[in-house]
Amino acid sequence: MNDMTNKWIGQRTIRPDGADKVTGRAQYSADFAMPGMIHAKMLRSPHAHARIRGIDTSKAEALPGVKAVVTAKDVVDFPLDKSVMLGIQDMRWMCRNVMAREKALFHGHPVAAVAAINEEVAAAACALIEVDYEVLPHVIEIEDAIKPDAPILHEWNTFEGKPSNIAGTMVLKTGDVEKGFAEADVVIERTFTSRPVHQGYIEPHACTVSYAADGRVTIWSSSQGQFMVRAMTSLLTGVPQSNIRAIPAEIGGGFGAKTIVYLEPIAVLLSKKSGRPVKMVMTREEVQRATGPAPGSLSTVKIGAKKDGSIVAAQGTFYLQAGGLPGSPLRGPVGCSFAAYAIPNVLSVGYDVVSNRSKVAAYRAPGAPLGAFATECVLDEIAEKLGLDPLEMRLKNSAKAGDKAIYGPVFGEVTFKETVESILHHPHYKAPLDKNPAPGVKRGRGVASGFWYNAGGESSVQVNITEDGNVVVTTGHPDVGGSRASIANVVAELLGIDHSRVSVLIGDTMTIGFSNLTGGSRVTFASAMVATASTEKVIGQLKERAGKIWGIDAEAIKWEDGMALPAGDNAGKFPPLSLKELAAKANEMGGPIGTQVQLNTTGADPGFATHCVDVEVDVDLGIVRVLRYTAAQDVGRALHPGYVEGQIQGGVVQGIGWALSEEYLYDKNGRVDNASFLDYRMPVCSDVPMIDPVVIEIPNPKHPQGVRGVGEAPIVPPLAAIANAVHDALGKRFYALPMSPPRVSERLEQP
Amino acid sequence: MTDIRYLAPSTLDEAVRAFAAASGAARILAGGTDLLVQMRAGIAKPGTIIDIKKIPELTAIEDLGGGAYRIGAAVSGAVLAEHPTFGKAWPGVLEAVNLIGSKQVQGRASPGGNLCNGSPAGDSVPAMVAAGAVVTIQGPNGRRELPVEKVPAGPGRTNLAPGEIVVAFTLPQRPKGSGDAYLRMIPRTEMDIAVVGMGVNLTMEGGVVKAARVGLGAVAPTVLLVEDAAKALIGTKLDDTALEAAAAACRAACKPINDKRGTIAYRIKVAGVLLKRTAAIAARRAGGN
Repeated sequence: MNDMTNKWIGQRTIRPDGADKVTGRAQYSADFAMPGMIHAKMLRSPHAHARIRGIDTSKAEALPGVKAVVTAKDVVDFPLDKSVMLGIQDMRWMCRNVMAREKALFHGHPVAAVAAINEEVAAAACALIEVDYEVLPHVIEIEDAIKPDAPILHEWNTFEGKPSNIAGTMVLKTGDVEKGFAEADVVIERTFTSRPVHQGYIEPHACTVSYAADGRVTIWSSSQGQFMVRAMTSLLTGVPQSNIRAIPAEIGGGFGAKTIVYLEPIAVLLSKKSGRPVKMVMTREEVQRATGPAPGSLSTVKIGAKKDGSIVAAQGTFYLQAGGLPGSPLRGPVGCSFAAYAIPNVLSVGYDVVSNRSKVAAYRAPGAPLGAFATECVLDEIAEKLGLDPLEMRLKNSAKAGDKAIYGPVFGEVTFKETVESILHHPHYKAPLDKNPAPGVKRGRGVASGFWYNAGGESSVQVNITEDGNVVVTTGHPDVGGSRASIANVVAELLGIDHSRVSVLIGDTMTIGFSNLTGGSRVTFASAMVATASTEKVIGQLKERAGKIWGIDAEAIKWEDGMALPAGDNAGKFPPLSLKELAAKANEMGGPIGTQVQLNTTGADPGFATHCVDVEVDVDLGIVRVLRYTAAQDVGRALHPGYVEGQIQGGVVQGIGWALSEEYLYDKNGRVDNASFLDYRMPVCSDVPMIDPVVIEIPNPKHPQGVRGVGEAPIVPPLAAIANAVHDALGKRFYALPMSPPRVSERLEQP
Repeated sequence: MTDIRYLAPSTLDEAVRAFAAASGAARILAGGTDLLVQMRAGIAKPGTIIDIKKIPELTAIEDLGGGAYRIGAAVSGAVLAEHPTFGKAWPGVLEAVNLIGSKQVQGRASPGGNLCNGSPAGDSVPAMVAAGAVVTIQGPNGRRELPVEKVPAGPGRTNLAPGEIVVAFTLPQRPKGSGDAYLRMIPRTEMDIAVVGMGVNLTMEGGVVKAARVGLGAVAPTVLLVEDAAKALIGTKLDDTALEAAAAACRAACKPINDKRGTIAYRIKVAGVLLKRTAAIAARRAGGN
């Protein structure tokens, strides 16, 4: 499959969702409407931290036009003493995140919801709800939350025997770090901070929900998993999964944050109470205040190396800012930071720290960029101190096949070196850089690498042959990164037919078998594998049909160029039978042609990336601009190169925002002061150069097309790569993100 | 929910009458790029909206000769950019007006709206102040004129009396050797609001500054005319000492706040940096005239 004679795999075919999106016909979650539909709004906590002593909804319920009011007492409670997990999500926290229960834990935390004849009445009714708050001292920053006298968010949570905001730990260990550091010629230890950043998807969370008189629920919403929507809604409302049909809308970006629900269970409860379909749409301000950012971090990394650059010991301590409820992605920094390197002695520890801000949600390679920021900056400093090229140093320490990864498994293939070498030999890395092109202008170059686990998991794919001999493929995954286009390429290739004859669509929870989330860089890997199995079964059926028609054994038939042919001269001489001809004869020769395959896929090898960036600093204003960016990654096989490049470019741009400009700003009451795209400064197009992706294709031997996950590894290196480039430009290291103009300016005035 | 009256009078008298009659419950709509956002956010809840774009005087650009222009308050940035000669005489004013919002917003946003919105960070205002623009205002008691820097009263507030509407900006004649420029500091490259905005207008003769005006935005409750900075430039050849003195005057004029868009220390520093950079561009343009 993995060769240059492929007709469709590796082609930049027209995306199946493209025409609808550019003509405005695509149905996003806010685009659905139903007869009799009413509108709902959340009442959100005005306080960063407050105990809820009581809620009186009577005035709101009495307002004309109000159809239903919901509070935490309507949501299924998951008591604090018993963990109930759905994937990586603990339902104790989910039930408290969708609706505050004992306490409001952040400004914007939902405390009640109202459904009414329109949004204005719903909002007016929200204002009539009387919440009896006991306002409590709040804490936002990690440094403050872990102080001994910090306000405690969850009194029942203890750490080392005392009430604490540290809600969890993770430790990975190999060898003896003390012994390792003692053997090192150079040891560098640095502490880094970064701010929480929002995933910044353009489409706000929204849903339309119908709870019918017979108890059957239909949910239209965009998410990274309709089966997740079904399961979480079921758990939080008590409606059995078999009664919930979750229909995936087109999604306007998720980047991890749409792997949990915020609105759907509440809308179901409102629809049940009112007997009307309910629509709920967040404003941008609600999205920024109350939906998941990535955590902020406080990390200390210590690395020891020999004079020749070989790393003998590494220690990482990563505090992540979970928000109001536990659940920081500790396995990101703890497991990924040192994974690309063969280091004999490692101790990597993570702490999950709660504080009064919105609960974190997954964001592209959750937590890994924070770990890489610290680790890859310290490596840069060690290379500088030892007078080594930072890429040569990475090559020297690359993990190898057969090494035991710190997070458990033994590596099969390790293709890290190839990414480093591709940057080392890239014209970008060799190009001369004028470091002081004009007075007050400094330029610098930096590199960094990144690691992400990648994932397999459950996928279901149906392949059905239409009566006119074309193909409909149904998968169970929302398409956030081009999975439909990629699957169309794979199925067209296997069947040997024109790409335009394959339609790929995303089924809902009642029309396709269980499929896990679109996340973890897993969907194209898993669904291509399952689509291959499904298509091969269909080809088997087609050969059987041809065998029946010709009166020969199916084994003696081969499938080529969209046709059944006798496999050799011994099989007999028959004119080829095309897919169209076989489809036309389907019913007389045994019935419809099609199948569904469901697998728990395995074999997703990790992703490696190495980046190189040139920056320019306006010294007087402290502005850092990215001039040139090259990102190398082993993708295994690019089923659709345009989408692969887009994933790499998108990850890099999000990393640039993380490094240079994005942060939440709080007022003294713990309220987010910049809950808008104007003042939460994500990069705009003119802020970034065209990102140059270097797509390395070393096929994954465990995948039929050789695919490796792509979507997450590219956001891991940029934070460190840019910090290293700024150091190269200015001769000063930055240990805190974002490197925004006021911060850079302030740092430049320091000695 | 609430009914809003929308009026689009074709004469200024009608507009003034309607505006005065609404006694505070009306808002003037020029491009609407601030008003509609405020209404959507629930900050503005006008009972009446008076659209002034149907009044010919408010959408006209008049070449008065000798570099002088009269620009209707509701002229959009895009229309001003397409004027055949305006941008040659006043490149700084034009670049400032064209920095309001995005390409799409430029089709609607006007210098009159930018001024009356009362934001100290409005991009066109420092350039207009540097240009020495005079604003024509019409109200129930007739017509009056104010230097542009006298119009803002504080964030979101103006010195317009009830019922008064800004009609036009008049930019004075340009002596030979004049040039203006506007620069702003924003963290991004576009789609942002000025952390500091700087307008400089110079007239040069034989390399010596004969006249200067400096407008400084986003560092105080209103856009400032920094006369000390102008004085520091006049009579000099824009040598480093003169530029540093003018920069120091700009820094001294700053009375900024710490807010989400910038810190006090950073804004003060940037004001000085931008003075030097903007003056250099204005001087280059003056030399080219």
